[in-house]
Amino acid sequence: MTGVHFIDGDQAACEGALAAGCRFVAGYPITPSTEVVERFASRIPLIGGLFIQMEDEIASSIAIQGAVWAGKKVMTVTSGPGLSLMMEHVGFAAITETPCVFVDVQRGGPSTGLPTLPAQSDMMQVKWGSHGDYEPIALSPNSPQECFDLMINAFNLAELYRVPVFFMMDEVVGHMTERVVIPEASAIEVAERRWTGKPPGEYRPYEANDDLVPDMVKAGDGYRIHVTGLTHDERGYPTMHPAGQKKLVERLVGKIRHHRERLVDVRMDGLDDAEVVLVSFGITSRVAGPAMEEARQRGGRVGHLRLVITWPFPSSLLRKLAKHVKAFVVPELNMGQMVLEVERAVAGKAQVISVPHPGGTVHEPEDILQKILEAAR
Amino acid sequence: MDPELESPLMPYLRQDRMPHIWCPGCGIGTTVNCFVRALMESGLNLDQVAVVSGIGCTGRVAGYLKLDSFHTTHGRPIPFATGLKLANPGLKVVVYSGDGDLFAIGGNHFVHGARRNMDIMVICVNNYTYGMTGGQAAPTTPLGAVQTTMPFGNFENPFNLPFLADACGAVYVARWTVYHVRQLARAMKEGLAKKGFVFIEALSPCPTLYSRRNRLGDGVDQLKYYKAKSIIKDGADTKEVGLSFQGEIIVGKFVDRERPTWLESMDKHYSSVFGEKYKPYGAAYAKA
Repeated sequence: MTGVHFIDGDQAACEGALAAGCRFVAGYPITPSTEVVERFASRIPLIGGLFIQMEDEIASSIAIQGAVWAGKKVMTVTSGPGLSLMMEHVGFAAITETPCVFVDVQRGGPSTGLPTLPAQSDMMQVKWGSHGDYEPIALSPNSPQECFDLMINAFNLAELYRVPVFFMMDEVVGHMTERVVIPEASAIEVAERRWTGKPPGEYRPYEANDDLVPDMVKAGDGYRIHVTGLTHDERGYPTMHPAGQKKLVERLVGKIRHHRERLVDVRMDGLDDAEVVLVSFGITSRVAGPAMEEARQRGGRVGHLRLVITWPFPSSLLRKLAKHVKAFVVPELNMGQMVLEVERAVAGKAQVISVPHPGGTVHEPEDILQKILEAAR
Repeated sequence: MDPELESPLMPYLRQDRMPHIWCPGCGIGTTVNCFVRALMESGLNLDQVAVVSGIGCTGRVAGYLKLDSFHTTHGRPIPFATGLKLANPGLKVVVYSGDGDLFAIGGNHFVHGARRNMDIMVICVNNYTYGMTGGQAAPTTPLGAVQTTMPFGNFENPFNLPFLADACGAVYVARWTVYHVRQLARAMKEGLAKKGFVFIEALSPCPTLYSRRNRLGDGVDQLKYYKAKSIIKDGADTKEVGLSFQGEIIVGKFVDRERPTWLESMDKHYSSVFGEKYKPYGAAYAKA
């Protein structure tokens, strides 16, 4: 597929997954995400891999994890209502450290909501949706090109940290058609699974390396491993003691929190002398751009911080900016989710202005502009 | 221990996890005994056998077998096993779980696993109750039996599991009790050799919760009941094998037929669509 294409974000996301080495997808149809699995289903037979349409999203989200333990790179693809059903297996992936990618092409909610129209209202659900403590990774593409490029990052991060990774598209990014350049395979950096070098007998499935991430094996290799969703020790055996819980959960959250700075991925525009900083992600970043340009033309010192990796949240960067900035303006296609993170990071050092939107369409640049002007006053 | 006295089954168990959690008189351990005997006689390379369990008392089986073993989420061992099997068709994948796990919360997955003829063997230990949570009504609880959530006796119609499995397309369906250890081990051995969706129901006492609440005595009393009231009827019409409270139990091998598995169907279909351009997915994993 190397070359220049004119495709939509859903198609590009599928190509990104294939380029990243994804060879197993289990899915269940749901608007506006279905095109991703439709393309995968038509492409995979001649590539060598499998697509299976499962009976629901619960089954899809655990079938992919079975496939991981037999050695495949995997993803499942859904939208809000399906994501809600998948939450139990987000937790299973987190505690068993099963690398997998959940693609969420967001639509308006709650419940069935707006199947064919955009939102960014699942941002907190992917952070907190499954019970218990864990740290996921989430990426927010804003174009078909990024659906390809960032999908490869998503797969690589899943392998590197052995966590569930969320690919947070939305209906507009999924359905907009743009130029997508697919580089040669040799130019695409693909992370391999962290296979152990230890023989059976010496290998302990949940003995972590210095970076807090353990190496993997797969079923059939003679290691006779045990994998459980119960709290477990380094052997993978259940442990029902506070000390075992402390050791496991601290490592599960620690492996992301300790690498938080390495996981900052942002695009910065005009932040050096900015008085007002727009903080945006995904499709909203493309509406925020024109609002910023207009504000600048009117003499405002306005910068733009676009979050590419939304989880973990780049708190320290926001904290640093807050020392010099008068106000942060946070437009998002929800009633105020990521703005809470901005408020938490800024901790009262600057004004934080939410520009909420219930979804169904994108913001009018004018609405964002008004908030920028308000903030600059 | 004197090696002469050690059970020949021990090398197949994770001895560092003993003692197990099951109550005295529980039949789950007996089914594991039968399963290990079936494994020993199967001739399979045990590095290529994986066991997948859900949640509950029977869900703990995976953790005690010295195989690649997966203790998944409640009701979901079949879709996990589906992914495991399809990602490496060279594996023999066994789902080992309880009646509540497989047929209440996991009922939808059972129905579709059988419909697809996914190449997995499903062993259901049916003790008529939710043991791990303290004896609540299950979709298998016989009419009239007392459970904590049916304190005045169950008035909900239970599943006839072999009939359900048969109707959904399972290629092998058998039922035995833990009194019938030889027959159960033989069914498991046949199941391991069979291609496609295999279903084996093993009736098992839960003396701590089911028997005690229903004043049925201990584990031995239930075995005596199994002995007295079981009727072996191989090839019985699965419509006729429903269970009642302390009533007759029809046991035997009810279904043994051939149907192409999901993977065989996919490979055959894509070979006809794409011709030589298609490399059959399953072929790469075929035994040398």
